[in-house]
Amino acid sequence: MSERPMTTAAARARQAAPARALDALKRDGGPRRDGALSEADIRRIVRSELGELALADRGTSSAAIIASKGTLDWAYPPLILATTAAASGMATSVFFTFYGLNIIHKDFARLLKVSPLGNPAMPMPVPMPNFLLGLPGMGPMSTRLMRTKFASKHVPEIGELLEAARDLEVRLIACQMTMDVFGYQTDDFINGVEFAGAAAFLAEARAAHVTLFV
Amino acid sequence: MTDAPPQADLELDARGLLCPMPIIKTAAAVRGLAPGQVLRLTTTDRGSLADVPAWTQTTGNELVAQHREGETFVFLIRKGKEA
Repeated sequence: MSERPMTTAAARARQAAPARALDALKRDGGPRRDGALSEADIRRIVRSELGELALADRGTSSAAIIASKGTLDWAYPPLILATTAAASGMATSVFFTFYGLNIIHKDFARLLKVSPLGNPAMPMPVPMPNFLLGLPGMGPMSTRLMRTKFASKHVPEIGELLEAARDLEVRLIACQMTMDVFGYQTDDFINGVEFAGAAAFLAEARAAHVTLFV
Repeated sequence: MTDAPPQADLELDARGLLCPMPIIKTAAAVRGLAPGQVLRLTTTDRGSLADVPAWTQTTGNELVAQHREGETFVFLIRKGKEA
């Protein structure tokens, strides 16, 4: 081999070569006598390196979710996914923006409602034409119906999911811009909420393979 | 299988709970175990048939056995090395 010093990149690559791959090489009788590596050796080293990289990839263990909707039904998906991601060992943040702020408002139990209006998928006890669903009382009735249905099926309540999120150290982040638009103050929100903007969300999201807009 | 199922070190009754609570409670229960210890989890949520294996796989824990007792699903989960 030549005497010239290794390039910096080559030196770095050599330092990074995991001990495990080199051990495997020794076990198999070491490099060929002429000093060159066999194809099998190289494949083994590459496979081992890629395995290490995959393990070290923070993205596989991070989730960043946007919650933009403020109805009772749509409060569920971001909270269910966030708590489950955290329970699966992922560093998880949920960014609440626009109507999604309802979910982490201290008064979430009153603010989160369902409307049957313009929602043809919502199951109603009796089929009703859409124009009737705009009548007074239809919204509260639908909200009551949905709460009762959820409770009868033992779906966790929003408060229970928020508590689980806190226990699991899910970061709950309120969008400062929409807070200002709607006139919310920081103490309008449940304990533990952080306040930030789009750049803060993106800083989390760019390092996460799981990013969802709900 | 000829091996007898391992003795459980901890029981978790998640019957009657729906997604995501069985997984949330399982994660909390397993956190309290030492590596190698076994949790016996019971659920009635049909989603847990897919969710428990997925969770054990992504978290480095081992699903040692699972079976059905009437309406109840039983899972034996051995805590992995990594916390």
